[in-house]
Amino acid sequence: MGFQVAVTPFNLFVAVVGVTLGTIIGVLPGLGGANGVAILLPLTFTMPPTSAIILLTSIYWGALFGGAITSVLFNIPGEPWSVATTFDGYPLARQGQGGQALTAAFTSSFVGSLFSVVLITFFAPLLAEIALKFGPPEFFAIQLLTFSSFVGLGGGNPLKSLVTIVLGFIMASVGLDIVTGQLRLTFGVTDLMKGFDFIVAVIGLFGIGEILLSVEEGLQFRGARTGMNLRVVLDTWKVLPRYWRTFVRGSVIGFWMGFKPGGATPASFMSYAFAKRFSPRAERFGKGELEGVVAPETAAHAAGVAAMLPMITLGIPGSPTAAVMLGGLIIWGLQPGPMLFVENPEFVWGLIASMYTGNVIGVILVLAGVPLFAAILRIPFAILTPLIVVVCAIGSYAVHNSMIDIWYMLVFGVVGYVFKKLDYPLAPLVLALVLGDLAENALRQSLIMSQGSLAIFFTRPIAGAINALALLFFLLPVLTLWWRRRGAAPPVAPRP
Amino acid sequence: MRAADLITAAVLMLLGGVVVYDAVRLGIGWGLEGPRSGFFPFWLAVILLAMSAAIAVQSLRRPGGRPFVTRAAARPVLAVLAPAAGMVLATQFVGLYVASGLYLALYMRWVGRHAWPLTLGLAVAIPVVSFLVFERWFLVPMPKGPLEAWLGY
Repeated sequence: MGFQVAVTPFNLFVAVVGVTLGTIIGVLPGLGGANGVAILLPLTFTMPPTSAIILLTSIYWGALFGGAITSVLFNIPGEPWSVATTFDGYPLARQGQGGQALTAAFTSSFVGSLFSVVLITFFAPLLAEIALKFGPPEFFAIQLLTFSSFVGLGGGNPLKSLVTIVLGFIMASVGLDIVTGQLRLTFGVTDLMKGFDFIVAVIGLFGIGEILLSVEEGLQFRGARTGMNLRVVLDTWKVLPRYWRTFVRGSVIGFWMGFKPGGATPASFMSYAFAKRFSPRAERFGKGELEGVVAPETAAHAAGVAAMLPMITLGIPGSPTAAVMLGGLIIWGLQPGPMLFVENPEFVWGLIASMYTGNVIGVILVLAGVPLFAAILRIPFAILTPLIVVVCAIGSYAVHNSMIDIWYMLVFGVVGYVFKKLDYPLAPLVLALVLGDLAENALRQSLIMSQGSLAIFFTRPIAGAINALALLFFLLPVLTLWWRRRGAAPPVAPRP
Repeated sequence: MRAADLITAAVLMLLGGVVVYDAVRLGIGWGLEGPRSGFFPFWLAVILLAMSAAIAVQSLRRPGGRPFVTRAAARPVLAVLAPAAGMVLATQFVGLYVASGLYLALYMRWVGRHAWPLTLGLAVAIPVVSFLVFERWFLVPMPKGPLEAWLGY
């Protein structure tokens, strides 16, 4: 059923446009996956929801590919999950093997995404069935688990992660409280009545903030040249099957990580580390080993796709970009979660089918268009930067036709810059902003069901189990610290 | 870096305090049939206060590290931020298209030191193209100012 929807001429056209736009966005610093999707979201208001989500996922696809281009050719990761790709991709490009590296990267992305899409196709209805049995306490428990895994497993300072999560929730509660009709945290300022829109927040935090950061680091966009033609592609394809173990390993790691809100970034690093550990050519990693490109790219893309699964079945986004798309779903009037399968099956299957088509279209377009996309970064910095700022401003304004949103964008930009420098993670903030109202509703309804008792979160079996796991994750940093202090801590081995 | 950490933590604590104030005003207990408006924000703010205080303490115990931003690095950042802020301010008076044109021209000439023909060319072309794309094609209006009004839009 889904394929009928996905291959209508209009939707195919939309997919092509989306992938092209997405790749351009992925190549440009400051307009990342989440940011690009956020900016283009208001443009989809006039489209039917199915086409709109196809556009957005195609953009996401394109951005994933675009990130690989800049990583390999310019040693600039266009996305956080492309960082691992630079380790071996850029050295390969410097050695004149840029075409091989890119082919390997794109093919790995294709394989990883395909793996996840197939798994989604089978698991999604299953998961939705289970989720239909969920009530408010279970939904709240899942959200608690989501955020607890950020705090416990996300690495970095757990206190700061918790702060950004709470901050996001607070921002989400500014404005009109739907249940009681009261205005919260507005202090008489009319502009605050609308609250903060996550789109503007994402554009500011990830867009402007990223620009400020890259400017500070003084990034120069000078890139390695690449010879890209059909022969290079075919030659590389002949070599790649040698790495089938890396492909499988990367896909599994990616799917597992993407499904949980860890995201594509840790997946790519994990896959790289594993590949290096198990490879007979370990010492070549970092100097230009093709496997070092295959591993992170497969994982990152498998994770990126897997992030969609909890989004469409449970209503929990697995990554900031999925969070933006979730926001889009809400705006279009669709209720994310298990009911989506029941009420709008053609939407869900259309989306899944479009993941297949988008993947294929994406690989073809990208392989053909690499020189073109790479040329974009040759645009002088002094033209590119203000242009990106203007595009961000337009995107922010377009959400609510409101001038104050552009100011918010700037403020968020500064916040994003400061937070990144001080190691406050941004992804949980965005997730909290998007999920804030949903989480609060789940909490409220649960408490109403239990007449004010918190015990309901533990007496119901599914909720209780999930909540227990969440508590464990929250306390994990504390526990780890305690374990280390108890036994004599082994000396930390020097980095090789 | 430590000073920045402390300042940020202090700002966050202030924010938490403000939220607590407003939450108490709204009521944090049980209302007619459920938790009142202030319930959720109140507890969030409490967590925020506690965590920010903990971060501040953590920060004080660590030895002072690298500076948050060196003087040399701050210049390019401000060079992006200040004109951008100026552009947003200008948008309130002359509309987005004119403001972005001025902004592009200023940036290309002053920072990029591009030649006048290129600068003026792009500074006019890009707003015009954006106008056509957004106003005409996507039908998404942008803030407009006296110039557009004079031209009849």
